[in-house]
Amino acid sequence: MQIVFLTTDVLFFVLLTSISVYAIYASRREHLAAPWRQVSRRPLGMSAAVVLSAFLLVAVLDSCHFHPRLDGAENSDTRHSGEISSVLELLIAPLKNNFEKTYSAPFAIYAYAKETIEVEGGATRRDYPRLRHAGVHLRDPLERRSDIMQRSLGGVVLGLGATLAVVLVIVTLRARSTAGPWSESLSAVVSGRTEVPWRAIVLTVMLLAMAVGFCVRVGPYYHIMGTDKVGTDVLYQAIKSIRTGLLIGTLTTLVMLPFAIVLGIAAGYFRGWVDDVIQYIYTTLSSIPGVLLIAASALMLEVYMARHGEDFANLAARADLRLLALCMILGVTTWTGLCRYLRGEALKLREADFIVAARAFGVAHWVIVVRHIVPNIMHIVMISIVLDFSGLVLAEAALTYIDIGVDPSMESWGNMINSARLELAREPVVWWSLCAAFLFMFILVLAANVFADAVRDAFDPRLREAR
Amino acid sequence: MIAYIIRRLAYAVPILLGVNVITFVLFFVVNSPDDMARLHLGNKHVTATAIEKWKSERGYDKPLLFNEAQSSSERFTDTIFYRNTVKLFLFDFGQSDSGRDIGYDISQRMWPSLAITLPVFVLGLLLTITIALAIAFFRGTYIDSWAVVICVAMMSISGLFYIIGGQFLIGKMLRLVPISGYDVGFSAIKFLALPVLIGVIGGLGHGTRWYRTIFLEEINRDYVRTARAKGLSEKMVLYGHVLRNALIPILTGVVVVLPSLFLGSLITEAFFGIPGLGSYTIEAIQSQDFAIVRAMVFLGSVLYIIGLVLTDISYTMVDPRVRLN
Repeated sequence: MQIVFLTTDVLFFVLLTSISVYAIYASRREHLAAPWRQVSRRPLGMSAAVVLSAFLLVAVLDSCHFHPRLDGAENSDTRHSGEISSVLELLIAPLKNNFEKTYSAPFAIYAYAKETIEVEGGATRRDYPRLRHAGVHLRDPLERRSDIMQRSLGGVVLGLGATLAVVLVIVTLRARSTAGPWSESLSAVVSGRTEVPWRAIVLTVMLLAMAVGFCVRVGPYYHIMGTDKVGTDVLYQAIKSIRTGLLIGTLTTLVMLPFAIVLGIAAGYFRGWVDDVIQYIYTTLSSIPGVLLIAASALMLEVYMARHGEDFANLAARADLRLLALCMILGVTTWTGLCRYLRGEALKLREADFIVAARAFGVAHWVIVVRHIVPNIMHIVMISIVLDFSGLVLAEAALTYIDIGVDPSMESWGNMINSARLELAREPVVWWSLCAAFLFMFILVLAANVFADAVRDAFDPRLREAR
Repeated sequence: MIAYIIRRLAYAVPILLGVNVITFVLFFVVNSPDDMARLHLGNKHVTATAIEKWKSERGYDKPLLFNEAQSSSERFTDTIFYRNTVKLFLFDFGQSDSGRDIGYDISQRMWPSLAITLPVFVLGLLLTITIALAIAFFRGTYIDSWAVVICVAMMSISGLFYIIGGQFLIGKMLRLVPISGYDVGFSAIKFLALPVLIGVIGGLGHGTRWYRTIFLEEINRDYVRTARAKGLSEKMVLYGHVLRNALIPILTGVVVVLPSLFLGSLITEAFFGIPGLGSYTIEAIQSQDFAIVRAMVFLGSVLYIIGLVLTDISYTMVDPRVRLN
């Protein structure tokens, strides 16, 4: 196994590291930790956080890339395949490798299209052939229903077992921290009397665990969400798309952050001609309608890619670079809002007593900015990461539809929708690809929206009063 | 007032110049016209003469900024920057890469765009404000919290889902209207009904929540307490006082998008086959027609800046506290 780091992987891990550093930094400072503690008291917000962390875990696993080892090859140069795989692909290998010929409906064991089948004795007939991977263990096709029921029941039980383990851990930890009896902690969690809404968290974990258990037990034997035109499992595609969606939602913000922070603070803190120039830059950029600027940039990227076609080692690296470029382009169109906001905040802060005092003591400008201003605007940056996220995930699908989104070879919800939407005209209708993409997107965006609401309520006291 | 508008428009000139410099850098400096020609003519087997011919047909064979071969002012005017960028200021969009007159195309195709965006805008605005006012009336009750939950759920659904779902349900299953297409005159209504309906529904979640926040902010003001104290009914308070005062924050979001309605919606027009400016842009992107994309970027920012000026003017009309300086 040979580990590979794609450019977006590196940036994604940089982002995760900086979020952890901020978390440690904020947890030691009361004024930064207090709003986050308030977020952790909201049942809906914490449920959304659980869902988001599940998606995040999938994306992290899918970002650990490597060249898989080839069997039988001796020479050290040829031992690794040119293809790139990820840890996630290893975990869901049964889904990845269960190729069919073409479309098949969810849970079907017969193909979508009729074929000529040879019967014993050399004659042929036209009929729906059995699928190659779904339900091959069944001796009698009529057993299908009861077999699926049995397996899903097993999956649900598996999920409940995992939930029980989580509950045990939570209750034990709580009993230890409150130094009370174990049974008291249990009843507090069950009746929802705890400060952190453990009951809501446990319920969300239970739903997730049951869904995962169901997929683990049924997934290898049936196509839960059917297969697409070339016979790939739709559930596999939808899971692989999680990384693309999350990366676009987060990397875009990461790419634009340095510009927004540096320019926003510079404009607000230094005033004068610096302010004028920076205001001019962001007014100009924001006056171009976002989708047109993205279209123009994507077009230029295509020209660039066509000219430098031989620079890319393989398709994955090329698709990866295109994803990064899309994040950058989206970043250019979204950083102006944050920059304007940070400028306003810096304008307010520079007149604050502690900064006037620092200036009076002769502290250098850059020290004031780094030590006093940046920590005090970080919460705005965090909120904007959370708030922009859902819009960016939705934008990816729309942009991919008009051919200025991610690379067609990359798994993404936009590509799934794009390739499936024409199939609605077929008879019988091929609906499963579309539904799977919309379902996954809906769950992610809903969780992000609910979590963003909780975060904003905690940080924006003006809104809280209006409720 | 007129002096103010003129001054405000004068501010817009450097911004438009900046937009033009950005598009110029993007289209001619990052990638040379040679690259564009090669992409258009097919990447591998292109002769140098074919590239030269493609460039000279479209005027891309001139120097970028300064033409040494010409005399006096021609040195600056006979360049790509002048011919393709500065001329946009006179709304002379020139010819597209396939040889059509862009200005004529735009004047023809903005009306179908407007036929969708305007009804969506007006109906959507009326509907969201009405619903948001009703929610504000029931604030703090179960109706309020459920309405917010529904709004967040509606916001989380992709716009593509509304379009595909609507086409499938109303166009294919119920066969009430054609799935896509366009016609002139009144017969266009049957083609427009579905995209307008979907546009209104798609914007409902976000709009309602936004206006609800604005109304709730106004409801907590002192003048509302005064109005209640003098014995006005809740209906009078909401319609007579809250709605009128909430107009100011509502105007900020509304007036600025008015001119941009001409541009149409890329996704909607592509799905419903409406021959508007949105699908014009998509066709240009797909056929890699750089001249059209350039013209649309310029037009888009002009309309946005007009929207900003209109917003400022409308402020002075509804809010006597705002002074023109």
